[in-house]
This record gives sequence, C-alpha cells and structure tokens, in this order.
Amino acid sequence: MLKTEQMVLNMGPQHPSTHGVLRLELELEGEIIVNVKPHLGYLHRCFEKHCEAMTYPQIIPYVDRLDYLASMNNEMGYAVAVERLLDIKVPERVEYIRVIMSELQRIASHLVAVGTYGIDIGAFTPFLYCFRDRERILSLFEKTCGARLLYNYIWIGGLSHDLPLNFVNETKDFLKDFKKTIVEINDLLSYNKIFIERTANVGVLNLESAINYGITGPNLRASGLKWDIRRDDPYSIYDRFDFEIPVGKGLHGQVGDCWDRYFLRVQEMEQSIRIIEQALDQLPEGEITSALPKRVKPPEGQIYSRVENPKGELGFFIVSKGQLQPFRVKVRPPSFINLSVLGELCKGHLIADVVAILGSIDIVLGEVDR
Amino acid sequence: MIYEFLANLFGGDVIASFISGALPFAFIVPFALFAVWLERKVSAHMQDRLGPMRVGYHGWMQTIADILKLIQKEDITATDTDKKLFNIAPVLVFMGSYAAFAAIPFSSAYIGSGIDLGILYIVAVSGLVVAGILMAGWASNNKYSLYGAVRSAAQVISYEIPTVIVILTVVVVVGSLNLTKVTEFQTNRFWDWMIFGGSIAGIKKLILLPFMFIGFIIIYISSLAEVNRTPFDIPEAESELVAGYHTEYSGMKFAMFFLAEYANMFAVSAVVATLFFGGYHSPFGYLGNLIGLTWLVPIEQFFWFTVKGIFFVFVQMWLRWTLPRLRVDQLMTLCWKYLIPIAFVNFLIVALIMVL
Repeated sequence: MLKTEQMVLNMGPQHPSTHGVLRLELELEGEIIVNVKPHLGYLHRCFEKHCEAMTYPQIIPYVDRLDYLASMNNEMGYAVAVERLLDIKVPERVEYIRVIMSELQRIASHLVAVGTYGIDIGAFTPFLYCFRDRERILSLFEKTCGARLLYNYIWIGGLSHDLPLNFVNETKDFLKDFKKTIVEINDLLSYNKIFIERTANVGVLNLESAINYGITGPNLRASGLKWDIRRDDPYSIYDRFDFEIPVGKGLHGQVGDCWDRYFLRVQEMEQSIRIIEQALDQLPEGEITSALPKRVKPPEGQIYSRVENPKGELGFFIVSKGQLQPFRVKVRPPSFINLSVLGELCKGHLIADVVAILGSIDIVLGEVDR
Repeated sequence: MIYEFLANLFGGDVIASFISGALPFAFIVPFALFAVWLERKVSAHMQDRLGPMRVGYHGWMQTIADILKLIQKEDITATDTDKKLFNIAPVLVFMGSYAAFAAIPFSSAYIGSGIDLGILYIVAVSGLVVAGILMAGWASNNKYSLYGAVRSAAQVISYEIPTVIVILTVVVVVGSLNLTKVTEFQTNRFWDWMIFGGSIAGIKKLILLPFMFIGFIIIYISSLAEVNRTPFDIPEAESELVAGYHTEYSGMKFAMFFLAEYANMFAVSAVVATLFFGGYHSPFGYLGNLIGLTWLVPIEQFFWFTVKGIFFVFVQMWLRWTLPRLRVDQLMTLCWKYLIPIAFVNFLIVALIMVL
C-alpha cells in the first residue's frame, strides 16, 4: 500500500502575498488545503500598554500606526472616543474637514486593497493605476498637514492645520479624474473573465458565520447585511450626507464570495466620492481651534466608541481614572477579527485560492498585531 | 547555404558544423538582451511609467548592466540541495530552448539543420525543458520550487497536445514536416500565408480560411502556456509560489533560466510565424529582386523573420501586463475540455477539406 501524508507548507512571514508579516501554516493534501493556522505577532508593538504611559494627545501618533493605510480614520475614531469622554463639541468646519479627510483616506485604503488584490490574482497593471491615484490623495494630505502616511492631523477637539489654499478645487479635480479610473479598473479587473473565474464562488462567507465571527465592514456587507456604522450608529456629521450602502449581490457567483468582497470596495469608493462632493459643497467657513482643550483630563469613567474604518468597525474602549493618562485603552481592530475567519474560508480550496481569499479579506498587519 | 559556404571555407564538415551550430547563440543573446529591455519598456508604458531611463538612451543598456551585475553575484547553493541536479538543471533548460533553434529557418540561406522532421524535432526538444524544470524543482529541496516544477510539468505536457494537433493541421495542408518547405509553400505574398488559407487556388482556400484562423488562435494560446507566460504563468506564479522552480537560484544560474525563458519565447513565436505567417517571407516582395541585388534577399528574409518573431513576443508581453492569472484546475480545464477537442475537430475538418 502506498502511504500518503499531509504536507505542511509555511507561507510567510516573508512571502509576496501575505500582505505584510503574516505567517500561515498550511496543511495540504496535494494542493488542497486541509487546515490553515495563522501565526501572528511579528509586528507587535505593545500599543495598548504604551497608551497607559502617555497623555491622551500623545497617543494620536501611535493610533496612526494601527492601520497605516487608513491613519486618518484611526485618528478620527480615537478623537471621537476621547471627545465623547470629555463631552466636547467640535466646530462645524472641523467636522466637515474630518469627514472629507476620512473619506479620502477610505478611497486611498480601498485603492490599495483593490490594487494589491489585482496582484494577488496575477494582474500587475491595475495596481499601478490604483497607486497613481492614491498618490494624488496622499499629496492632498501632504499639502494639508505635511505628512503622507502618518498624519497626526485630527486632534482631540480639532485639527492640527486648517485646509490649505485651493484644497477644495484640487480635490474636486481629483474626484473628476478618479471617476474615470474606476471605470478603467472595472474594465481591466472587475469584469475580466479570468478575474471572475478566479474569484467568483471562491471563499464564500455566508451571513450567519460572518455574524458569528464578528466580521465587520466591507466583508460583512458583501455577505449581504446592510450594516454601516456611518448610518446605523452615526458619529461626527455622517447623518447629514446622502449616500448608499452597497451590499453583496452575488452577481457572478454566490453572495459573499471573493468577487463580492472585492467589488464592494469599488462601489464604496463611488459612495465616498458622493460624500466628499457633498461635504466640499457644504463646507462652512470658520474656526478650527476653538474647541481644542488646554489639557486633556477626562473625568473618571469609561467609553466604547466605534467608527467605520475602511476595514470594518474600529472601536476604542477607554477607561479614565481622571488622570492625564488613560488607565486602559483597548482597541477593537477590524483586521484582526476579520482575519479569524480565514481558516474556515480556506478549507477545501487550492493554494492559489488562499491568496485570493486573504487578499479579499484585506488585512493590514499593523492593525492585526498592534 | 551558409553551412555549405562554411564547409568550403574551412574545408571540413566538423568546423563548419560547430560554427553553424553556434550561430543561433549569436542571435539569442542579443535578442534576449533586447527582449528584456523591451519587456520592461512595454510594461512601463502600459502602466503609466517610464521604465529604465538612466543607462544609455532610454535605458537601452540596462540589461547589459544587469548581466554584469548577475555575473558578479555570489552563486549561492543551499546546503540541502541535490548538488548535481541543481547544477545540471539550468543548463538542461537552456539546452532545450537552444536546440529548438536548430530547425528554425531564419531565412532561405540559413537553417541550422534542414531535416525533414523539423517541426516534430522542435516539439520533441522543447519537451526536454520539462525535465530540466522538474530537476530544478526537485533539487532545490524547497516546497515552493517543487510545486512550481510539478505544475510546470503538468502544464507544458498538457499544452503540447493541442500544439501538436494544430501543427498536424498545417502539415496536412502543406504535405511536409520540413519547416523550409512549409515556408516556401506560403510564397512571398501575404495572402498566401497559412492564416489566409495558404497558396491553394480556388474555393478551397476560402473554406480553409476560418479553420486556419481557429488553428492559429489555439496554437498561440498553447504557446503562451508552454513558455509559462501570463495568463498561464502558474509555475512561477509570483503571488503564490514566490518564483516557482527557480526560487533558489541566483547569479548566473538564474540568468540561464532567464535566458532560456526569453529564447523560448522567441522559439514559439518563430514557430507560429513560420506555420501561419509566411515564415521568413516578406509580405510585400523583396527590394533585392527589385534592384537586382539577389544577395540582399536572404538578409531581407532574416529581417522579416525577426520582425515577425518580435511582434509575437510583443503580443506575449502585452497579454502578460493586461491579464490576471488562471488557477491550476482552470488551466487544465481550458486545455482538456476546450482546446484539445476544438483542435481535434478543426484538424479533422481541415483534413476532410484537403481530401475532397
């Protein structure tokens, strides 16, 4: 009798498509996946423990480094949480600028997700188109606050800088050009026959297990649930804007497959454009520094506050003992929780599908490991 | 002709054979240098970039600089590799690609070996590449390399079947396996090219035309798979298998694989050009005949052959930078469920047309 045994393949931490330093231990039967074990912690930086030794404003630069592709959204989440703890109301103009920045950042983050997903599937060119447009968003940020990746822009109670001259026009120009890029991406990637073959009906995440695993963000919506914190638990001024929440429809396969998850991000970029356009039109004049507190010293208490990040629900649980430093900061990282479903999705698929599924979940290791 | 010329010059067959055999090398190396540069430029311009710009005008010397770098690199061999196989593999892979050039007619004056089984010989020696790839994958003692090698073997062998069937289709029309005869059959007018039905008179040519076109599409798709290019670059799928069977190779051994890949790209393009696009024939007639310098004709033929080959290489690059990659099972489905049956039916129809 021939004796066969399973092969263990170590994927990562240095691998082109684990999106960072994720290490996957694949148990294989030929090329078919029997089991996937993710190993984490290569990028662990003790974020939560560090927070206990720093004052509230000092934490903001560290928040940037959670999901480094969506720093603005992270800052927004943290600022909103502390402001709720302090019970501050920020000026109108600040709110609008924050929304504009968050949505631009959401587009930038989704562009990385869509572009690198193209690479995972083997198409290199759309990636560079995505990065070309992301570059324009980053230069808008650079003009605003001087940084391109880690901004330290959204402060507790305000912003570090007002918008630069001509920002509104430049952003509008960008959005006009960007709409063409979306059409281009759709032609090259979304409706490409080979791309659909590779992603439709692969890694189907049904709604029940999505909820059980605590999946949030585009991954949850792709499974068919219309759940978006911007609409269902509004923060800042999101309730003033008119936008739709796309959900996965299973156009080329089943609801919740990789194609749905991918395409949902493309649709979300379109919705973000709508929000930015409305915000730019309504942007009021005014002060941005009036609500900045001299000393951030929240009263004793605790708060859990969540925002909709490009990757999902980013929550901050902050316990204050009435000191300058928080007593405890706990992050609910969407990437980490979304990653937990990987093992279930991969079972029975091929090696090539692991790459496709991991890319469609869209994780950032900075946030997974913290 | 060149062989006879050399034999007369040196007064012996042995030296003439050696020189004649080494001539393709003088073609492949400059071609590979040019093709690598072209690939980088083509991809760059498709992706809104400039590509290499520093070394020489528009970076044309970039690949020469790269080769110099590769020569200086340390030749790393991991401790647990099977040393013998590890060292033989790149040579074998390159040999497979190189040997194919022996039977490719570059012009009416030069063909390495004008054997009657030319096309069959090319298919056979190209098969040797698989052995080299398997050796490389096995000897590397790396699971990714092994996966790449096994996938590559499965892929290349599967896709040889539709290739051979389409080649047979052409052979049925021409009535010879000799590539020079296949080329001569297509004469020097482009409407006599095989893709337009060959130099057959009357209604038969029109009936043949669509089937020859189908044949061309099939052989071109299969040739992409045989040289492991996108959308069939599964053996070296970067996002899954890092670099497939040549993950563990560095320095000049890696350069050998690289050279073999580009040589192979030209070889399959040359076969396609020879079978369907008139081989070395000019599409518009020859300047040499026009002005009465007949010695110019073979040089023009060489020029046209190279242009056709490079055009198909360009199309390969074009596809590579546009399309995503298929999955292993989809690749096999495409071959066994679509290409082989279609090629076979196509072959039967063409054979029937020729008999009737």
